[in-house]
Amino acid sequence: MDFQFTEEQLMIKQAARDYAQRELWSDVIERDEKAIYPEKHVKALAELGFMGMMVSPEYDGGGMDTISYVLAMEEISKVDSSVSVIMSVNNSLVCWGLEAFGTEEQKQKYLRPLARGEKIGAFLLSEPEAGSDATSQHTTAVDMGDYYLLNGTKNWITNGNTASTYLVIAQTYPEKGHKGINALIVERHWEGISVGPHENKMGMRSSDTHSVMFTDVKVPKENRIGEEGFGFKFAMQTLDGGRIGIAAQAVGIAAGALELALKYAKERKAFGTEIINHQAIAFKLADMAVKVENARNLVLKAAWLKDQHKPYGVASAMAKLYAADIAMQVTTEAVQIHGGYGYVKEYHVERLMREAKLTQIYEGTSEVQHIVISRALAKGELLP
Amino acid sequence: MKIAVCISNVPDTTTRIKTDASGQKIDLSGVQWILNPWDELALTRAIELKEQNVGMIDEIVVVMVAPSYGEATLRKALAVGADRAIRIDNDPADSYEAAFELASYFADQPADLIFTGIESADFNGSATGAMLSLLAGIRFMPGVSGVFLEGGQTIVHQEINGMSLRLKVSPPLILNVQKGIAIVPRIPAMRGIMAARTKPLTVLSPKKAGACAQVIAYESLPPKAAAKMIEEDNAAMLIEVLHNEAKVI
Ligand SMILES: Cc1cc2nc3c(=O)[nH]c(=O)nc-3n(C[C@H](O)[C@H](O)[C@H](O)COP(=O)(O)OP(=O)(O)OC[C@H]3O[C@@H](n4cnc5c(N)ncnc54)[C@H](O)[C@@H]3O)c2cc1C
Repeated sequence: MDFQFTEEQLMIKQAARDYAQRELWSDVIERDEKAIYPEKHVKALAELGFMGMMVSPEYDGGGMDTISYVLAMEEISKVDSSVSVIMSVNNSLVCWGLEAFGTEEQKQKYLRPLARGEKIGAFLLSEPEAGSDATSQHTTAVDMGDYYLLNGTKNWITNGNTASTYLVIAQTYPEKGHKGINALIVERHWEGISVGPHENKMGMRSSDTHSVMFTDVKVPKENRIGEEGFGFKFAMQTLDGGRIGIAAQAVGIAAGALELALKYAKERKAFGTEIINHQAIAFKLADMAVKVENARNLVLKAAWLKDQHKPYGVASAMAKLYAADIAMQVTTEAVQIHGGYGYVKEYHVERLMREAKLTQIYEGTSEVQHIVISRALAKGELLP
Repeated sequence: MKIAVCISNVPDTTTRIKTDASGQKIDLSGVQWILNPWDELALTRAIELKEQNVGMIDEIVVVMVAPSYGEATLRKALAVGADRAIRIDNDPADSYEAAFELASYFADQPADLIFTGIESADFNGSATGAMLSLLAGIRFMPGVSGVFLEGGQTIVHQEINGMSLRLKVSPPLILNVQKGIAIVPRIPAMRGIMAARTKPLTVLSPKKAGACAQVIAYESLPPKAAAKMIEEDNAAMLIEVLHNEAKVI
């Protein structure tokens, strides 16, 4: 057992922290309030290599491990999860999915610019009527010989408007159920694609979430990922890894709120002393720190398993479930410690609380994580 | 042209400095080391110069006098964009010893421009650059707030009494850099971090000038008393406090 980070992992964590504290901090409130897409930050982070940091250098990626990735995700998310979700979707859903399952041609053509962050990708699974139940896909990709004809609507798509490359999950053989589903690489500018208005969200307001409509879009056969019918498995395996990123995001939100609450508790005075000297506040902070540490360890364990090429599906579900729940608890307490100041935008903690809520919903709700974990328990997979 | 940047490894500026049980040494356990902020800006400027003047700068070497724990900071400098790193294996007792090691190094391995930071964030001595100049016999430019290469010339900016002075200078030179030399320190990119894995980091044995002083004890200062606020129109009170409490008038 070795709890030591490598020098490189620490360097990456610090690089992410420096960028977040120096650059993201200054305009995060305004971007959140006005729902402005963080274009210059995405560009800067791409130049630093954060947009494809786990992709092999062979395909222009950063070649870093999952531990480094979660450390970076945590630091960015301490300040701004609108930015970290863009990073997460591009890295762990789109780039990872292409690198793990794409053909050499697909990697050359699509993965390279995504890994460099010159282009941004989106992952299109959810539909108006298919969220948690991702098997009931209404979007169809009809086999037309040398191409698929794509029709349908995808909902809640992060990077929906800014992405140039879409990975779309669609049903080709309804009679085969989820074994008839395909994953297709679709270019945003192709004919028949339209993007709905920007969703007016509770939190992560500066990430662009849109619905995307497909009307008779022709997708060449060579743009299918994996074998015919591999789409559902593709989505589930990709999401297993994606959840590690979202779990790290939740840890970052919680840890960011804890940092702010601790700082505030040392400065704010009530009844003649700094409020950290009131036990009710001090113990709250202690509980928050334990939760953050616990969640961080679950995330690091899942990341480590992935790096060791061991099964990590259940570990990532546990990490996401726990980290998202404690992110809600810790941010709520951070607002409480700030008193009235916590309820206004200037002090950041109310925003972190709004951001935390989303981590319990996307990439599999907390209820879905419970299903994943309890099924593994029932199968005896979790016994020591 | 060859640029050398002298960098020091200092505790993170938020570190709470404690002494060990002997009271004669700083307790280094748990200290997070960083690249001295001024040196980081100097390095940033050196890299900018190399990028902006393609083909003009052959290499950027970073030189540090430090024990082995300084290497993480040197590798960060490599990740940010230095071409190679030198560590002179000594834990310098004071600025003189650091300057002495650097002078021996540059006697052997000259550079056209040598950047030193105006001060280091540990002992804040502000002496190494000037001492290096004397020991190595290389001319010294204090207070450098800008450096440019224009048409084969090296141009340096200094800020003096609210004026900005532009100078054409002739290397070899030591540039002691201050505020303005670069605005935002470079953050290492993944590409740089990968490249740093194969960039050379050479360890040289020290010449050891030796310490001229020995620490008897680090003693903490009494905590500062809280400031006393006096209303702006209450001069009588101010005089009374300065006379009777502070006893300075
Ligand atoms: C801001 C944002 C960004 C998103 N980005 C993307 C994206 O980039 N790509 C993408 O494909 N999707 C994205 N999503 C979609 C997200 O993954 C879904 O919203 C999520 O999976 C839940 O689906 P749903 O909204 O349809 O809720 P539903 O599935 O309708 O769930 C409603 C409630 O019922 C519960 N529930 C459902 N089934 C069960 C069950 N069997 N047992 C117990 N409880 C159950 C759920 O947990 C939830 O509490 C995003 C969503 C948001 C809000």
